[in-house]
This record gives sequence, C-alpha cells and structure tokens, in this order.
Amino acid sequence: MQDKSPRALAAAVAPNAVSTGRSVERDVVYVYEAPVRLWHWINAAAILVLALTGYFIGTGIPTMPGQASDNFLFGYIRFAHFSAGYVLTLGFLLRMYWAFIGNPAAKQIFYVPLWRKSYWGGIWHEIRWYALIAAKPKERVGHNPLAQLTMFFMFTLTISSMIVTGVALYAQGAGNDSWQYELFGWAFSIWPNSQDVHTWHHLGLWVIVTFALVHIYTAVREDIVSRQSIISSMISGQREFRD
Amino acid sequence: METFYGVIRRQGITRRSFHKFCSLTAMSLGLSPLAASDIANALETKPRVPVIWMHGLECTCCSESFIRSAHPLVKDVVLSMISLDYDDPIMAAAGHQAEAILEETRTKYKGQYVLAVEGNPPVNEGGMFCIVGGKPFVEKLTAMAEDAMAIIAWGTCASWGCVQAAKPNPTRATPIDKVITNKTIIKVPGCPPIAEVMTALLTFITTFGKLPELDRQGRPKMFYSQRIHDKCYRRPHFDAGQFVEEWDDESARKGYCLYKMGCKGPTTYNACSAVRWNGGVSFPIQSGHGCLGCSEDGFWDKCSVYDRLSAIKQFGVEKNADQVGMAAAGAVGLAIAAHAALTAAKRLSRKPVRPAQEE
Repeated sequence: MQDKSPRALAAAVAPNAVSTGRSVERDVVYVYEAPVRLWHWINAAAILVLALTGYFIGTGIPTMPGQASDNFLFGYIRFAHFSAGYVLTLGFLLRMYWAFIGNPAAKQIFYVPLWRKSYWGGIWHEIRWYALIAAKPKERVGHNPLAQLTMFFMFTLTISSMIVTGVALYAQGAGNDSWQYELFGWAFSIWPNSQDVHTWHHLGLWVIVTFALVHIYTAVREDIVSRQSIISSMISGQREFRD
Repeated sequence: METFYGVIRRQGITRRSFHKFCSLTAMSLGLSPLAASDIANALETKPRVPVIWMHGLECTCCSESFIRSAHPLVKDVVLSMISLDYDDPIMAAAGHQAEAILEETRTKYKGQYVLAVEGNPPVNEGGMFCIVGGKPFVEKLTAMAEDAMAIIAWGTCASWGCVQAAKPNPTRATPIDKVITNKTIIKVPGCPPIAEVMTALLTFITTFGKLPELDRQGRPKMFYSQRIHDKCYRRPHFDAGQFVEEWDDESARKGYCLYKMGCKGPTTYNACSAVRWNGGVSFPIQSGHGCLGCSEDGFWDKCSVYDRLSAIKQFGVEKNADQVGMAAAGAVGLAIAAHAALTAAKRLSRKPVRPAQEE
C-alpha cells in the first residue's frame, strides 16, 4: 500500500522520525520527492568529479611529454573541477529552495532538532543499534537521528564551506573585480594568506571522502540489516518496510 | 616650498626629459595616457612632500631594495620628488640633531608628511626591545602616525610581522596596523618589496596627494591584485601539466612549472612575475626556484617553503591537510570494515531480526 498524502508523512517524520502506532500498517511510504532524488545523483556525480580532479589539482599529475603548446591536460582537469563545482553549487541552491517547499524529509539535512527530547532518545537508540547492542532497528521514514546529525555536519556544513572556499579560490584566478570575489572574497579577510584557504579546502575534501565512506556503508548495511529499503528509495522515492 | 619641477630644472634637466619621465611614470602605474599631463601638472605646482622613514625591528632589506630602483631612479625620488627628511640609516644628521627633525616635521607639516615605516615595533615589556633615541620605537611610531597624511608599511615586517613575529615571538613584534588602528595603512609586503613598487607608490602619493586604491588586505591594487602565478612565464607548463619533480631532473632543465616543488606562486600576491627584480633582470622562478610567498601573512610560520599547504600542528608533528585527511579517511575506512565484519558475524550467529513493531 502506498500513501502519498503529505499529512501522513508529516505525522511520521515530524515528531521524532519514528513511525509509531497506526502507521505500521503501511508497507510503502513515498519519502524522497523527484527533485530530491535527481539532486542526490547529480550531486553525487559532481562530488565524484570534484574529489578526483581536486586531488589531482592539489598534488599535480605526472609530467606530460612534448611541447607546452601540445598539451592542456592540467587546464582540462581544472576546467572539469570548476564546471562540476558550478553544477554542485547550483544544485545545492536549488536543493535549499526545495527544502522550503518540499516534504518534511526534504528539510531533514538542513537542521538538527537538538531541542527535541525525543531526538536525543532517538540518538541513544541509534548508538545502541550501531554498537550492535539494540536487537531491533526502528523504522524510519526519512533519516534516523544519527544520520541526520551526520548529514548536517559532515555533508551540509562541509559542502557549504567547500562552496565558499571554492568560489573564493576561483576568484583568485578570476580577479579581484570578479563577482566571485565580491561574493566570497571575505574568506580572505578571515585568512589573509590564501594558502590557508587552500588548506581548508583540502581538509574539506577529506571530510567529504570520509562522509562518502560512512554514507555508502550505512546505506548498504541498513538496506540489508534493518529490512527497510534504503538504496532503492533514492531511485524510486519509496521506502519499503519488508516485514 | 620648492616643487619637484623647480628642483630638476635647477639640476639642469630639460623640460623634454621631465615630460618623458611623467609619461613613463604614468605607464608604470598603469594609468591612462592623459594621466601623464596630470602628473606633470602636479609636479610643477605642488610642493615636495616631506617623507619620514622610520626603522623598527627590521633588517634594512627594504632600504637595500629601495636604493636599487631603476624606474624611477632612486636618485630622482630621494633628491627630487620627495623631501626625505628623516631616515636614520642613511641620513647625514645624527643624535639629537636627527631626533629634532621628527618633532620639527610633525609640527611644521602637520597632516602633510608621509610616514614610511620599515620594520615593526615590539610591544612586550613596554616596547623596550627596540629603543631609538632613548625612547621605545612604538611610542615614536604612534606619535608620528597621528599627524601623517599617509602611512606606508614597507615590507612584510611592517605589514604582517615577518621573522621577528614568528613563533614564539618573545618580543611580541607586532605589525604596525595592529598598533596604529585609527588610520589607513598602505601595506607594501614583500621581503623585501620590489624597488620599483616602492618608488612608484611614493611617486603616486606625492604626485596626486592621495592614497592609491587598496585591496581587502590594505595593499595597493596596482601592484598586488594578481598572484605571481597569474603572470608567471612558466604558466603554460602548468596548464599543460608539465612539472619539475626533482630539483635536477630533465623538467627542471627545461624550465617547467615548479608547482610540485612547492612553489607558492598560486597563493602569493605580488608583482615579481610582471616587474621582476634588479631592473627587470630576473625573479625567483626565473632562476629555477619556486616562490617562497614572502609577501604573504605568516610566511615563516605557516609551513616549509616547499609545501603549498599550511602545516597543521595540533598533532605534535607537523602534518599538512592531505596527510591528516588521508589518515582520518583511512581510519574511518578500517572502522567501517571492522563494523561490517562484526555485523556479519552477529547476523550469522543469530536469526534475522524483525524491526520493532507493535502488532
């Protein structure tokens, strides 16, 4: 049975993101709306390109043979990095817009309800679950409380700072009269030596890499162990509870 | 007061040469063709600007650089354009005579003189680590700054702190903008700054009687708005992906990009790759070594000069962002593998669980 009504979903996500009581009768819930799913995969592709090209830009590539005029490889790598950066930035802005008009699951990665008592209870349960102490997982329509915390700090905040530092670094090449510099040149007021901005941008890469490891592992693990669809949910939008 | 034009005419320089000089100066400042006549007009009518050049904790490399200026020649700057009234290492006066000039200039040319500061004041122990003429340098500096028309911070010492402000900085050497907080300070960083940049800046201020446009860091935009990297003649090798990997390899002999050798050109704002040094002879990258980033904030403390990432010192041994990040990602990867193994072991040893549901 599929329930697409926003009211039912709001009831399931908003209080403490745990399905309780009557909602158990549902086997399938529509969680991730089409724009969220589309954004997820475009964003994932952009991050893959950004991480790979970013690593090469940071460390350099093996020297190309021949004349300088015959090659433009490093230029192309940087072009790919900048293009993917724009895709990611634009996507992130649209995603923020969707958080306002989308369903409750679309808002989850932008805040952590630390003020909610039930949230802390949820965190405690998830810690016990991942420590292999809790015997049974809870059914979640969106992210579980621990996932929401990770999403917010390791993804949303990191990507935001990567966008800021990334555009600021781009402004170094674009010039001090570029709109990029107008927009995020203040990064150089915080770190007058732009080498520090580079350093933070590198650290951000490793936070994102670590996040990707955790994200993919838990998605696969929960899909198997929790008997709830996780991976296919980001394709179909529907979360299926298998029991 | 005598004008610049009056001085050079007396020295036997023709009006024609004077106009040539004005055009050349306008060009080197990146001004429009019409600016040459503005400069000529200003130099003919405005009185010469008195310059007070003070020295704090420094090595005099800024002065050494300054006296090697080729365009305009420092002779022209010192003898004709400005009235260099006080500069302790090179002035003729000494002792009380010399110190009297400071007070005299301050009262006589209130709000009209340019204060150029080389080096910086140490502020620990009441500034006693740098005493000039019986008084702490920091006191003299703030006093002279009060009535100055413009304040120039020569070099990385005055602009950012440089070596004497490097950790642990026992004298608490402090860049001058942290001591003089109520006035705009023109930062001309570099260790030392380029001679032509110094003289051109003085020319600009004395000619137009105003400060040049400054960037976010207080540096003149005309010389500090682009990185070494942006105008580097080895840039095509960077875009092509041709790098020096060892100091003596084939690529080094061919003059490829020094990016992988830790060249700080991509993070350093200065005019070296455009103006070059010693009358345009060369600059570090042209002589085969990467840029050290000497005109950037904290260049002694950030990391080695062969590393393009700032050192992260919280882990005891200096590490850079990539080493720390890779270690963290690796540790998390191992943790994930261990967690997956534990999960698998638990599942094998028990029946499949059912989610917590109320039936």
